[in-house]
Amino acid sequence: MATIAADQKTGPARLGDRVFSATALAAGIAILLALAGVFIFLAIEGVPGLAKPAEFYGEASNFWGYVAPLLFGTVLAAVIALIVAVPLAWGIALVVSHYAPRSIATPIAYVIDLLAAVPSVVFGLWGISVLARHLQPGYVWLDENMGWLPFFAGPASGTGRTILTAGLVLAIMILPIITAISREVFSQTPRLHEEAALALGATRWEMIRMAVFPYARSGMVSAVMLGLGRALGETMAVAMVLSAGGGISLNLISSSNPASIASNIASNYKEGTPGKIQVLIATGLVLFLVTFLVNFAARWIVTRNERKLAR
Amino acid sequence: MSLATAPARPTSEPVAFTQAKLPRLAPALVGVVAVAAAALPVLLLGWGLIAWALVAGVLYLVALPAWARVVEGPRGAADRMVTGLVWAACLVAIVPLVSLLYTVVDRGLPAINSTFLTYSMYRTELDQEVGIYHALVGTLLITLGAAVISVPIGIMAAIYLIEYGKGSRLARWITFLVDVMTGIPSIVAGLFAFSLFILIFGPSTRVGIGGSVALSLLMIPVVVRSTEEMLRLVPADLREASYALGVPKWRTIVKVVLPTALGGIVTGVTLAIARVVGETAPLLLIAGLTTRTNFNVFSERMTTLPVLIYTQNANPGIAETPGGTPPGIEIAWGGALVLILIVMMLNLVARVIGAIFAPKTGH
Amino acid sequence: MAKSITVGDLDIYYGDFLAVQGVNMTIKARSVTAFIGPSGCGKSTFLRSLNRMHEVIPGARVEGKVMVDGQSLYDSAVDPVAVRRQIGMVFQRPNPFPTMSIYENVLAGNRLNSKRMKKAEADDIVERSLKGANLWNEVKDRLNKPGMGLSGGQQQRLCIARAIAVEPQVLLMDEPCSALDPISTSAIEDLIHELKSDYTIVIVTHNMQQAARVSDETGFFNLKAAGQPGQLVEFNSTQKMFANPDNEATEAYISGRFG
Repeated sequence: MATIAADQKTGPARLGDRVFSATALAAGIAILLALAGVFIFLAIEGVPGLAKPAEFYGEASNFWGYVAPLLFGTVLAAVIALIVAVPLAWGIALVVSHYAPRSIATPIAYVIDLLAAVPSVVFGLWGISVLARHLQPGYVWLDENMGWLPFFAGPASGTGRTILTAGLVLAIMILPIITAISREVFSQTPRLHEEAALALGATRWEMIRMAVFPYARSGMVSAVMLGLGRALGETMAVAMVLSAGGGISLNLISSSNPASIASNIASNYKEGTPGKIQVLIATGLVLFLVTFLVNFAARWIVTRNERKLAR
Repeated sequence: MSLATAPARPTSEPVAFTQAKLPRLAPALVGVVAVAAAALPVLLLGWGLIAWALVAGVLYLVALPAWARVVEGPRGAADRMVTGLVWAACLVAIVPLVSLLYTVVDRGLPAINSTFLTYSMYRTELDQEVGIYHALVGTLLITLGAAVISVPIGIMAAIYLIEYGKGSRLARWITFLVDVMTGIPSIVAGLFAFSLFILIFGPSTRVGIGGSVALSLLMIPVVVRSTEEMLRLVPADLREASYALGVPKWRTIVKVVLPTALGGIVTGVTLAIARVVGETAPLLLIAGLTTRTNFNVFSERMTTLPVLIYTQNANPGIAETPGGTPPGIEIAWGGALVLILIVMMLNLVARVIGAIFAPKTGH
Repeated sequence: MAKSITVGDLDIYYGDFLAVQGVNMTIKARSVTAFIGPSGCGKSTFLRSLNRMHEVIPGARVEGKVMVDGQSLYDSAVDPVAVRRQIGMVFQRPNPFPTMSIYENVLAGNRLNSKRMKKAEADDIVERSLKGANLWNEVKDRLNKPGMGLSGGQQQRLCIARAIAVEPQVLLMDEPCSALDPISTSAIEDLIHELKSDYTIVIVTHNMQQAARVSDETGFFNLKAAGQPGQLVEFNSTQKMFANPDNEATEAYISGRFG
């Protein structure tokens, strides 16, 4: 009905409509183009970096040998971050959605959102001068007492600026996004299902397991995936906190861990010759593809589930 | 009773509504005991405050469920255990935030004075005062540039998604890719702008507007999402009332829909700015570094506050007195405090605007 | 054994707001008691206070006495979780757990207390409860299909099966047929008749014919006045309520002159 009313307008009005809707469409398409542009320009500048003479790749002999330790470092830091952040985030989300009375839940949610507002460079600064310093004695202790585990083989870093510290800083940084999404899905659990569980004589925790978690499962998974995407792509905190060097290793407390892709770009672009920069852009392309896949998968899970629930 | 055929028969036991339960004050009691018990090894071994809290927390999480298991059985124990764990998660998450804010204020405050905010780092004499004025200008201009690029595109794209393309295949794709775009690492956005500008203007291009382009790539998805959400809240009868008066669709959108959603859109834009104002990585690549104040985003390098913090921390220089704080570190912390204040203020403004213009749903 | 419920001077509050005031009644064991009244008069709130489900809403509290078989429901030593286990509840809209099969839905309550249940024992409970809910013949071949795949009426009977699987003393029903079509409604009403021999049943309904059909005793709730708390106007045998009520307001409501 509305469109008919609009179509019946006289010439100038219809011209206005056409111009306006074309502008809106153009803006939408501009977004598609921008995303395609990211890929295209990274490819133009990055693809030559895939096949340079060996001296461009430092100790490695080809691009894949160069990027592999970096990819490993990226994933390792992100995995540490997830292991620490995910249980915390789900716990906080449950407090906000189901445990705390509203008068306490709102400030808690606000404080966690505040954490999201802190710029990554400030996290990096804090990571070096506070967190790394406080953790360093802990690393020495871990090396002495639990050195038989490959993770704590040592020697313990003297500065505390290890991949574990970087992972912990990342954990704090991705905590807000995982919390926010989980909180949202937890509180969307239909009241009917919660009451069904309670009416059967379930305790609060049993109610959460019977009604909340099954309902929120896909939302929780995608929250984790989005957190993973953030952790993989985070640059500055890792670049500042981690003192990198060495190759693939599971040793979390020594100073011989590879950098992450993003932090490697940030630390090395300045000394880069154009050829070296092409190599760095090529690693950026790898990072883009990895994060794109992770985010794509996360969104796909969400959309699929929305459709399932809509049925 | 032949179970297979008879309907459920309630048991004839007497009703038991009371179940053995820990006293109401049990959690508080266990808490006090745990803190006291944890003090013992702390005093004996000379551990710090953090270790004390850690030991007390673990003691609490073991003791209370154990007691509950004896009195209330496994179900009560599990419930108390989880309750303790989720609250512990909140406490654990708040510790780094408090520590971070405290450190930034504690170390940043001494650095801030009138010259710090009004001088650049360019000196003509060796002992001249330095400050972060040039970085403040850079941050302001580059962020402004990003907003100028991304706000119109973001809002118009949201209008397309809600008002024109609703349900079409293209709109579904745009919505999906906007979601994916929110996850682009900032360094990749920086590399994109970097590649774009060196392709067009030559390999050593460093220019402020490049930073704006990179930041707008990060800003657009945030603007689109928040605008979309606000447009969706505008009731359909408002649009129909306008159409019924013979107002064309585009004027309806401009005169009725957008003003109704304005508060929410402004909030979303402010939050998007708050998000990108602290970005470092992309600007490090394309906007470059300079000690001078540059007012022209279209030529020459431009320093922003986050980049300044990063580089000062990386190359702090030498302390005047041996063992003192190097000047770069002081500047980095002072800059961090200013940056956090800017971000917090933007968030506060967004919240205030959001509260003032909150959609008054009469339904 | 099914239990009787005695309510004395019960006031129900949401925060400072007094929702229901001064209810006195005795609900007989092994009978069906219906509550009728206009919307918002507090009959559902009152029903939920009988198994402490109203406490799910923050700030809700009661003053007064609810005695089940001589035990006070609101004693400080009473555990609401234990209360709800003994006093089952069926809701307005069917609410089987969406991720569980029909089989697991029936057992949901039992699983809470005994983690390790023998397969044969579990099968028995499922069959017994589904038969008790008149659903067995319709679902016995698809026990492992999700409960959400059933029709609305079947889902509601599944919820009743889930409630009686834990062998409660009392069954509370909060407008159990309001989301169902007439055929499903009649199936549930038949079921209520059968369950009466084993359980004390309390049902809230919007439908006066339904109250007349299924219940032995009826309570009429109404607001004192607009903005005032709800109260119990009259409580009598259903026959008397519908033939010759004591109270004029009851008569006006039942004859359709208001509400």
